[in-house]
Amino acid sequence: MASQSSIPLAAPVSDLLAKPVVQLIKVRKSFNLGESTEVEVLHGIDLVLNPGEFVAVMGPSGSGKSTLLNLVGLLDRPTQGQLRINGMETTQLDDRALTQLRGRSIGFVFQYHHLIGAFTALENVMLPMVGLQGYPTADIQARAMALIDSVGLTPWCDTPSSRLSGGQQQRVAVARALIMQPALVLADEPTGNLDTLSANAVFDLFRQVNRQHGTAVLLVTHNPELAQRCDRTMEVIDGQVRA
Amino acid sequence: MLLSRFQPFEWIVASRFLREGRMQSLFIIVGIAIGVAVIVFMSALLQGLQTNLVKRVLTAQAHIQVLPPKQTARIQHGTDAALHADQIQAPLQRLQSIDQWQAVLHVLRAMPEVHVASPTVAGSTLITRGAASRALSLTAVDLALYQQIINLSEKIVAGQARLDANDILIGTELAADLGLGVGDKLLVQSATGASNYFVIAGILDLGNKGANQRTGFVALHSGQSLLGYPGGVTVIDLTLNDVYAAEAVAQRIQALTHLQADSWIKTNAQFFSAIQSQSLANTAIRFFVGLSVAFGIASVLVVSVVQRSKEIGILRAMGISRGQVMRVFLLQGGLLGLGGAVLGCFLGILFLQLWLQMSRGADGAPMFTITIDAMMLVEALTLATLTGLLAALAPALRAARLDPVVAIRG
Repeated sequence: MASQSSIPLAAPVSDLLAKPVVQLIKVRKSFNLGESTEVEVLHGIDLVLNPGEFVAVMGPSGSGKSTLLNLVGLLDRPTQGQLRINGMETTQLDDRALTQLRGRSIGFVFQYHHLIGAFTALENVMLPMVGLQGYPTADIQARAMALIDSVGLTPWCDTPSSRLSGGQQQRVAVARALIMQPALVLADEPTGNLDTLSANAVFDLFRQVNRQHGTAVLLVTHNPELAQRCDRTMEVIDGQVRA
Repeated sequence: MLLSRFQPFEWIVASRFLREGRMQSLFIIVGIAIGVAVIVFMSALLQGLQTNLVKRVLTAQAHIQVLPPKQTARIQHGTDAALHADQIQAPLQRLQSIDQWQAVLHVLRAMPEVHVASPTVAGSTLITRGAASRALSLTAVDLALYQQIINLSEKIVAGQARLDANDILIGTELAADLGLGVGDKLLVQSATGASNYFVIAGILDLGNKGANQRTGFVALHSGQSLLGYPGGVTVIDLTLNDVYAAEAVAQRIQALTHLQADSWIKTNAQFFSAIQSQSLANTAIRFFVGLSVAFGIASVLVVSVVQRSKEIGILRAMGISRGQVMRVFLLQGGLLGLGGAVLGCFLGILFLQLWLQMSRGADGAPMFTITIDAMMLVEALTLATLTGLLAALAPALRAARLDPVVAIRG
């Protein structure tokens, strides 16, 4: 279970309240399947996610939820339309700029935690900040330790991540997503692989971060109960969003 | 906390990846080590063998011999227009003194490549003892200088290396054939009919039966008068600072002095060709071992990229750049190369020590000396590390180009 201590984040979005964290304007995404066969997965999506919003994304498999999340997470580029993160138009940015923006503004949590097995729980949390460089190691360590504490894993901080249970690993993944104090956390079915107890604990963790620090959360889930607990729910069906 | 402030991100991730796949890393490091050990062992062995062979050849031979130019027949050009030559007969090559040899010697000694220059007179003689006689190839030398070219003291088996006016040093076989010993007198006659009595000061073993049967040394002045070259010399023997530069230096001397200059490389062309072939074979072995090491590292890293594609994807999602991912895999290649090379150098030295213990002559002494050159070890370390980096280039590029979406999806 997650600890009840508060998530140690400074309020990072106070100056951004005026701008949406995410803004998609008529975004289309097509995939080329070879031999001039192109499939459009997202058909002109408009979406606004404001600071502090906690939005559930639902929809059947293959409807385009993950594609939408990859676009918002700057892991992929739209074929058409505009995509703004914190007010910055991103479609013209090069790979390096996108990588930097992603590293500093967006935290990811995936269904399968995807921790780096060669590192301990604490090191996994530290890794994004170490990779971005320019931060004193002591500060990184202190911040990571506080996050580990907030997700209730202090006794396991030096345990190799591969030896943690599924729920513990997912909590480490949440802590890792928060280390850069991002304005946006994207969670792709983060509870899909957990039992009910662990799923609720992880959801509570997202809620806590969202409420305490105004971090926007876009949560893909198939669980209607969890979706109901979000601020709003949007449904992606056949590549289109229905609020 | 294991993440150190002194280690860059790429170093931390590369070393952890290697440590996590420790069996894989260990096997490839051992593979590289065997390759490097073979290179170190073969290189040191062949270098020792070559040095020993060259040393043996050059202990009885100057690096360069400067001789008078060969005499050539020239067509006489005169006023008689009918004069022509159907056949040109090669003239007899008489032994002759080097013209202005002191000036030539001065020029040679001024050359930076030349270590020692020793003027000598050489000619054929006959020695007589009682009713027996033998042909003797007599060399008249300034002993102090000549010793720096061929160390006669090392070859003395009886008496001493001393050449006063009437002293002579002869080979062991000749001494045995004529029943001569140190202090015995013998008569030496030159082709011109001049003769002189010499006292045997020492008996030499030149390491070759033929040479021991027909070689003798006398003092320069004694030889000059006996062989009919008063004040002259027929050969200037040279040693060089770099024995392998002998042919190039000989050609320079020829151009400079218009004298004939024969390098040891030219006079031992077959031997030198064998040495060069050996070096080429060694280079080929090094190249192919290096190639197999490179492919070994590359294959391990290609597998690693496939195995870690999800982790690479998540690193990219966390904001790690393509360059950082690339450097992580390049570093792994470099570390594998370096680790393998360090172990390989130790193994190579161990193999050499074992070989030295096992390959001893009948007297128990090592057949030849092998020195382990520190520069060769540094070269092996550097080359293996660079090979590792180069071998990692393709896998590293592949890792850097991975689409994070595809990588995470797996």
